[in-house]
Amino acid sequence: MRSKVVLRRLFRNKQARYGISALVLLILLAYVGPFIGPYDWTDKDFLAFMSAPGSDHWWGTGAIGQDMYAVTLRGMQKSIVIGLLVALIATGLAAIVGSFAGYFGGWVDKVLMWGVDLLLVLPSFLIIAIISPRLKGGSWLWFVVLLAAFSWMITSRVVRSMTLSLREREYVLAAAYMGIPRWKIIFRHIVPNLSSLLIIDATLNVSLAIIGEAALSFFGFGVQPPDVSLGTLIAEGSRNATGYPWLFVFPAGLLVLLVLSINLIGDGLRDALDPGSNS
Amino acid sequence: MGKYLLRRLAINVILVAVAASLAYMLAATTMSPRAAYQGRQPPIAESVIDATLDAYNLNDKTPVLQRYGTWAKGVLTGDFGRTWNGGSVNQEMGRRIFVSLRLLLIGTILGFVVGVALGAVSAVKQYKLSDRLIGVSSFVIMALPVFLLATLLAMATYSLNDGLGFTLIEYTGEYNPKLSGFDQFLNRLNHLILPTISLSLGSIAFYSRIQRNMMLDVLGQDFVRTAMAKGLRRRTALTKHALRTALIPSATYFAFAFGTMFTGAIFTEKIFAWHGMGAWLVDSINANDVNSVAAVTLFTAICVLFAAFLSDLLVAALDPRVRVS
Amino acid sequence: MSILEVRDLTVTFPGGIEAVRGVSYDVDRGEVLGIVGESGSGKSVTSLAVMGLLPPGAVVSGSAKLHGRELLGMDEDEQIKVRGKSISMIFQDPLSAFTPVYSIGDQIAEAVRVHQKMGKDKAAKRAVELLDLVGIPNPDLRAKSFPHEFSGGMRQRAMIAMAIANDPDLLICDEPTTALDVTIQAQVLEVLMTAQRETGAGIVMITHDLGVIAGMADRVLVMYAGRPVEQGPVDDIYYRPRMPYTMGLLASIPRVDGEEGPLVPIEGSPPSPAALPPGCPFAPRCPMKVDMCDDEEPPLTAFGAGRHVACIRSHEIEHKGLTGADVFPVPVIPPSDVVRVPRAERATVLELDDMIRHYPLMKGAVFKRRVGTVFAVDGISFDIAEGETLALVGESGCGKTTTLQQIMQLQPPQGGRVVVLGKDSAKLDKSERKGLRGDLQIVFQDPMAALDPRMPVGDIIAEPLRAHGRKDASARVAELLELVGLAPEHAERYPNQFSGGQRQRIGIARALALEPKLLVLDEPVSALDVSIQAGVINLLEELKNRLGLSYLFVAHDLAVVRHLADRVAVMYLGRIAEIGTVENVYDHPAHPYTQALLSAIPLPDPERERTRKRILLEGDLPSPADPPSGCRFRTRCPKFAVLSEAERRRCVDEEPSVARLANVVDHGAACHYAEEVEVITASDNQEEE
Repeated sequence: MRSKVVLRRLFRNKQARYGISALVLLILLAYVGPFIGPYDWTDKDFLAFMSAPGSDHWWGTGAIGQDMYAVTLRGMQKSIVIGLLVALIATGLAAIVGSFAGYFGGWVDKVLMWGVDLLLVLPSFLIIAIISPRLKGGSWLWFVVLLAAFSWMITSRVVRSMTLSLREREYVLAAAYMGIPRWKIIFRHIVPNLSSLLIIDATLNVSLAIIGEAALSFFGFGVQPPDVSLGTLIAEGSRNATGYPWLFVFPAGLLVLLVLSINLIGDGLRDALDPGSNS
Repeated sequence: MGKYLLRRLAINVILVAVAASLAYMLAATTMSPRAAYQGRQPPIAESVIDATLDAYNLNDKTPVLQRYGTWAKGVLTGDFGRTWNGGSVNQEMGRRIFVSLRLLLIGTILGFVVGVALGAVSAVKQYKLSDRLIGVSSFVIMALPVFLLATLLAMATYSLNDGLGFTLIEYTGEYNPKLSGFDQFLNRLNHLILPTISLSLGSIAFYSRIQRNMMLDVLGQDFVRTAMAKGLRRRTALTKHALRTALIPSATYFAFAFGTMFTGAIFTEKIFAWHGMGAWLVDSINANDVNSVAAVTLFTAICVLFAAFLSDLLVAALDPRVRVS
Repeated sequence: MSILEVRDLTVTFPGGIEAVRGVSYDVDRGEVLGIVGESGSGKSVTSLAVMGLLPPGAVVSGSAKLHGRELLGMDEDEQIKVRGKSISMIFQDPLSAFTPVYSIGDQIAEAVRVHQKMGKDKAAKRAVELLDLVGIPNPDLRAKSFPHEFSGGMRQRAMIAMAIANDPDLLICDEPTTALDVTIQAQVLEVLMTAQRETGAGIVMITHDLGVIAGMADRVLVMYAGRPVEQGPVDDIYYRPRMPYTMGLLASIPRVDGEEGPLVPIEGSPPSPAALPPGCPFAPRCPMKVDMCDDEEPPLTAFGAGRHVACIRSHEIEHKGLTGADVFPVPVIPPSDVVRVPRAERATVLELDDMIRHYPLMKGAVFKRRVGTVFAVDGISFDIAEGETLALVGESGCGKTTTLQQIMQLQPPQGGRVVVLGKDSAKLDKSERKGLRGDLQIVFQDPMAALDPRMPVGDIIAEPLRAHGRKDASARVAELLELVGLAPEHAERYPNQFSGGQRQRIGIARALALEPKLLVLDEPVSALDVSIQAGVINLLEELKNRLGLSYLFVAHDLAVVRHLADRVAVMYLGRIAEIGTVENVYDHPAHPYTQALLSAIPLPDPERERTRKRILLEGDLPSPADPPSGCRFRTRCPKFAVLSEAERRRCVDEEPSVARLANVVDHGAACHYAEEVEVITASDNQEEE
């Protein structure tokens, strides 16, 4: 019943409505689009190198005759999957670390928060870039793990400070006085009551992960060939952006639309889940 | 208070040391400078490669802890070691550090000040046209990663200059070495325009959202009502009481935002062909240049923690509740 | 001539919620008008509308004239000349009402400068004068302090100083003392009356506390569901109420001078402003309701000299001379079997022996270091016999919550002993501790926070059952819901679908799930409206008698305690000041603190409030990290002030412990010069009996 209220409020929000419709269309394009297009993403048309968009190759072709429509949609699929996985792992990690640090306090808190502080000293881009030479030739899933491992710290701090106040709530005290073990209290009373924050955060983490992937791939530190993602395509396209704009415009445009629609949904979710705040 | 800040500073120094050390070891284990010497034509003898790498403290046959020891001793005495091909890291860093600092400093200040101002305007004019305009633009900008923004700006300027037939706005490099004196100063300013815009636009959007939300949170609070009950105008109550109080949370974000700013600088420097620390990082990772990477990392860690320290100072200056404890 | 004339004021919030539906009143110079009502009755919204401080989106209609000038619909240029100049407002929560980043002096000076042409220095000086006027010690130093450095009482004084900065004609006080302790409340009300004398202003006093108004107000307006239901001179309202709601409200208040026995509850809860019943909004809860009441809402009509009543049966009430006790059914609570056994022969369910709980006082954000000790609980002893209710009373910071937590944790105390049902908490192993938890349960203060908002009520009540491995959870949940006066179907709903009183009943059901022997009640009714309070108090009384429970009842409201408790322990700064049976302590308090505490409680009885002499305490509670030497109360003690130098030495050097008073069985006080003083005379009806 609560989720119904939230959904109703979400759909009443104009921004969120735009965001949801755009996202649905983009996902449809990414997963249904390839079946409509005439070419497979691995196909190479040796008669058309770097040709402009036309009736045959809808979004033009690349340097070795790839059909940009098929390749771009393939890249978008990868970007979406990476975004979702990273957001899921990072938010879960943040929830666990933050709530344990906050609820247990004492040395558990100290150790975990020192770890968080340490990880926050260096931008995650820098660390992942340093590790990236190791990833060459490895599976893109490692890249997901790496991205997730470096994008949970700030959320975990927020989770921790909220746990500190939840810990003093009377229903949490009541559970402790009933003799319920502490880890059970965390998963039964604390984490569910942080769900608004976690849902919003997970949503925004999807867009952050998509941008992060693209940024790393821009310098070749991210997804490695033969895999493609929006990031690798933008990197390639930007080199010849002035001469062959279609190589750049389509992946870049899709990236922006994807991120924008997710951010709009995240913002709408914040309004819907947290009616008290004006955020 | 002073004691508290000193202690804070001490902790930051420890954090820098630990983070930089870990980063060095990470770089030393993932990168192999040996690759640059192997497979050359004509091939170089194994022993010669080893000797060269040993001289630069880059030999992967030496245990990583031993290499770290040599590196750390050097850093403590102000020597950051050798690049993969024997150059001095110190010299390279000396050339690049101010290039980056100039960019980062201007970008940070511009981002914070303009962002907070726009956020405040947006909150005061909630649901009016200006609020919506600021809101929509910040959403679009936040969906535009720096590398896209910079590339788009470069493309647009290229076409503009092309259309005009002369270079109105510079889009590559840091300055024109052929000019001198005041002309060179103007030229430097011109070269700054595009990188600064692409670097600060993101944080302007970020801070404007934060400041707007914080102010709206504060607007509903009792003390704004009290201020109006005293006989202050709504606008005065908002700027004098709400804006001032809502600056505090924005100042705490300052600490987190610097890392993002540095990441942004990597892209702007690369895209606009500035020879700064960010560009160096990308180049040295590609060149398996362990000591250069370590130097950039140390620089970043110091910058980030300095920003965090500044943010502490800023919060302490703004919030009497923190100051007294 | 009236300063303020309000006519037919209505306020509608977005979504068509009518928060105020036609309020009219006048305030004269030097007059105090009390507006009484429960939460949601529209009393605060009314005054915010007059000030023009409602959030945008609220639609206000009607008229509010200040000295004949219309306030509603004024533009901002005009408004700012009135606000803070002719009308000032004092808000409920003085912490959030001050801007945290400016000093108190600056904020008061700002109020001065808004309306008077004055230099910064002069305004700052004026601020110091004003702080001095409201009784803030060292005003020139304190003016530089920030709001968070002030105590609650000090902040409210500063708020009053700010409000009278420009000699207003009218002061609107919105629950000015609700957030404060009783002895501080007495101080602040005193300051408010001083302020009124200084300025000669009219006062609109908004409160839910019928005691506070009784002593201050000249006239009273009673609001219910957004409308005034009765209005008139204070004595008429209190002694001759003619509207069943007012009658019920007065009958339902527990009185510190009252007798024991069940309170008279008003059934049900106030209607939501979004779903008002047809006809009289009070009809669904009214025992005098007739069919006609549903037809149309009765208008507020003149009823004798200067009064107005909105009830179609008011004349009947007048003729028959009905009172609240006649109209509202008085519940019958079955007596307890256990009490027949003399106390000495009953088992002891809880025993505290010189229990100590100190906290380290930490400083620093990263490397915390200890800079002192908070002596939260510093050696207290008491015991509770089977079937008995012991009340632990005291103001905030006295250590009662710490005591309660220490008992609930079932961990070894830092010093002394805690013995629950014969088992020493220091000697429990893990399984014994868990077993004991079933016998020791707690009901919390805030019915909003005590229930996990994301769990259906059935799961909430079943949680302790499942934690202790009971199989028949759902049957037991149904049984428990009925026990506390709810329906078994309620198990599937979520906490936010219940009213405050119902939620507190759910909390009680959960506490009773494991059939405990001792129930700890942590301010169980202080968050509830008066009309609902009575029902919960009666339920607790009934459950105790039926199930043979013992209660440890922690409270700050001495009137509630009088009704529920058998014995009472008064705490001050981590120590027990006085302990004994309720009769002994209330009727013959021997410790100066207890005397001050009892005398500070306002009675809902205008005549006696006017003639009563208060024992006012000086200053604030000292910090528990730095308690005074010897007797902890001596710094504020009215008795200490009149002692000779030689007698004082003993108070300064020697810490008194609880000593039994001569010739009484169960009464002790921790005062070297204990002396019984009667501070509350028995109420009239008791005298008549």
